[in-house]
Amino acid sequence: MKNVTNGLFSFARLGALLTKEFIQMRRDRITFAMMLGVPLMQLVLFGFAINSDPKSLPAALVATSNDPYTRAMVSALQNTNYYRFDHIAETAAEAEQLMASGEVAFVVTIPADFGRRVAAGEAPQILIEADATDPSASSGAVSTLGTVASKALLRAQGMEAASAEQAKGQLEVVVHRRYNPEGISQYNIVPGLLGVILQMTMVMMTSMALTRETERGTMENLLAMPASPAEIMLGKVLPYLVVGAVQVTVVLVASKLLFAIPFIGSLSLLLSAILVFVLALVLLGYTISTIARTQMQAMQLTFFFFLPSILLSGFMFPYRGMPGWAQALGEVLPLTHFLRIIRAVMLKGAEFPAIAVEVGVLGLFVALFAGLALFRFRRTLD
Amino acid sequence: MNAIEVTNLVKRFGDKTVVDHVTMTVAEGEIVGFLGPNGSGKTTTIRIMCGLLTPDEGEGQVLGHDLRTDGLKIKREVGYMTQKFSFYEDLTIGENLEFVARLYKLRPVEEHVARTLDELGLTSRRDQLAGTLSGGWKQRLALAACIMHKPKLLLLDEPTAGVDPKARREFWDEIHRLARGGLTVLVSTHYMDEAERCHRISYISYGKMLASGTVAEVVRNAGLTTFVVSGPRLDQIAEALEGRPGVEQVAPFGATLHVVGSDRNKLEAALADIRGRKDVTVEPGETSLEDVFIQFMAGSRDNMS
Repeated sequence: MKNVTNGLFSFARLGALLTKEFIQMRRDRITFAMMLGVPLMQLVLFGFAINSDPKSLPAALVATSNDPYTRAMVSALQNTNYYRFDHIAETAAEAEQLMASGEVAFVVTIPADFGRRVAAGEAPQILIEADATDPSASSGAVSTLGTVASKALLRAQGMEAASAEQAKGQLEVVVHRRYNPEGISQYNIVPGLLGVILQMTMVMMTSMALTRETERGTMENLLAMPASPAEIMLGKVLPYLVVGAVQVTVVLVASKLLFAIPFIGSLSLLLSAILVFVLALVLLGYTISTIARTQMQAMQLTFFFFLPSILLSGFMFPYRGMPGWAQALGEVLPLTHFLRIIRAVMLKGAEFPAIAVEVGVLGLFVALFAGLALFRFRRTLD
Repeated sequence: MNAIEVTNLVKRFGDKTVVDHVTMTVAEGEIVGFLGPNGSGKTTTIRIMCGLLTPDEGEGQVLGHDLRTDGLKIKREVGYMTQKFSFYEDLTIGENLEFVARLYKLRPVEEHVARTLDELGLTSRRDQLAGTLSGGWKQRLALAACIMHKPKLLLLDEPTAGVDPKARREFWDEIHRLARGGLTVLVSTHYMDEAERCHRISYISYGKMLASGTVAEVVRNAGLTTFVVSGPRLDQIAEALEGRPGVEQVAPFGATLHVVGSDRNKLEAALADIRGRKDVTVEPGETSLEDVFIQFMAGSRDNMS
């Protein structure tokens, strides 16, 4: 055994290596923060924020009559906790607009003759339209519907007519899965993936922009020459718009050919929105590169931003299923807004007015990140 | 007008004062050597002068532009060669020079690049990747890149570190050629022979400017006396002399020993017994620039530790 310690393996040497690694780990503060931050963030986000059976989804009610049966039906739906009627639409067209812009997940239509038909003993109908662009988000609400509605009707009639027999099996609930009648989850995932892929590659590549110069020692020279911070920033991020354009083309073509994802809306509208999104991403990456001192740190910061983007943006789990604080966090991620845009344009055929707010928010991110990067950029070596 | 005129520059990093009230004047067309031990503040001072660092105190003008407010104008008229090679190793010599030419908005780009390549004998290596160049060629590329826009002032930070003697000689010939054309040069160095090729030198130590002037002036003003001892077993003599009152430096130079002190009488007294020995000769010698610098270094306190 003496030979082993002197030759191939020595605990003393191992100790020296371990000590050195720990010292370096402790000195690199960002890495150290990541080691604690990432597991904690994952735990909290996965644990508290994610809910694959979202409740209290915004819904619009189209009801023209105000009879007791209609009221009973509405309150029964509300009592399931799945539906939250915060829009009362006068017409079907108005409700349609609310759904296209993503303000509501459901439109419940109770016909004007609902009460009369119940009273007359005829089979009444109600229509539930669900936004099925994310099939998993609406499935719980849709599946409980039939029994809840029938029970409510029975109870309402029980008070009025005192005869449960009459209504049995008479209510007909018509469910329309809008935009995605077959409930194919790829319709939801594939357009979202474009956003995720862009987010990952664009931010990662640009986050190295300045750290690479600093690590190779070329930064000092660059700063000594007459280039302004804005010139350096644009020079660093614009090439990645080209990379982004290539990725967008590949993903859009593949989504058509491989997955047969429908594309209902305007391509030029979507491309314009993608441009704003990619600009926000490259500027975010550039901002990271003004903070990180090494490429390793830049990678870690990118990942730190990437994780909540996947979990809280509505890409993996229904946005509306998350608690308020998680939704608020989701709102400050560019990906959240981009997902709304691309799903609306590709699957719902949304026009510019329906996505104007989301595009505006992305525009705000562009301005914010550009400002932050220019503020953070050090023109000197101080 | 002086090319550089700065007064009482102060730069602190944390609680360390790296540049401590440095005042410096460099006349137009002059080659000034900037000397001092490692960590003495040479690089920091040069970086302040080319606008890469803002001084905490003090002010000055570089090429008539205010140091604090006219950074961009200074950058356009100054050529700064960094201590570490800082061009793009994954670009060729030609591509690096084109990049620099376009940043300075030199037109036509091709003409400026071709002229610069030609002047520095780089034309045949134009398509070689900068990363594959040896130290001497990298230095030549760096010099080419920082004189291409015809700066009025050249700031060189230890330009010849790690370069062989022949390349160093050629580099200095080039510097003198440029100075004859009216260019002002401030060059930091550790080499005594390079210091002697400068019109004037400035010596900085731990952030403080200790001496300025021509080499002869600096040596004379140091007021040192030097004796040259020769004979057998000089190592024993050196050991015996070390620490005697009046003896401030004992340094072997080839087959002789230089004994240096600032008080001539004390030094002579210290050498009296050795002078008495038959086999040893003690003669007055000329104080060298190096002796002066060693003296400076020994005399200044290290505030870096």
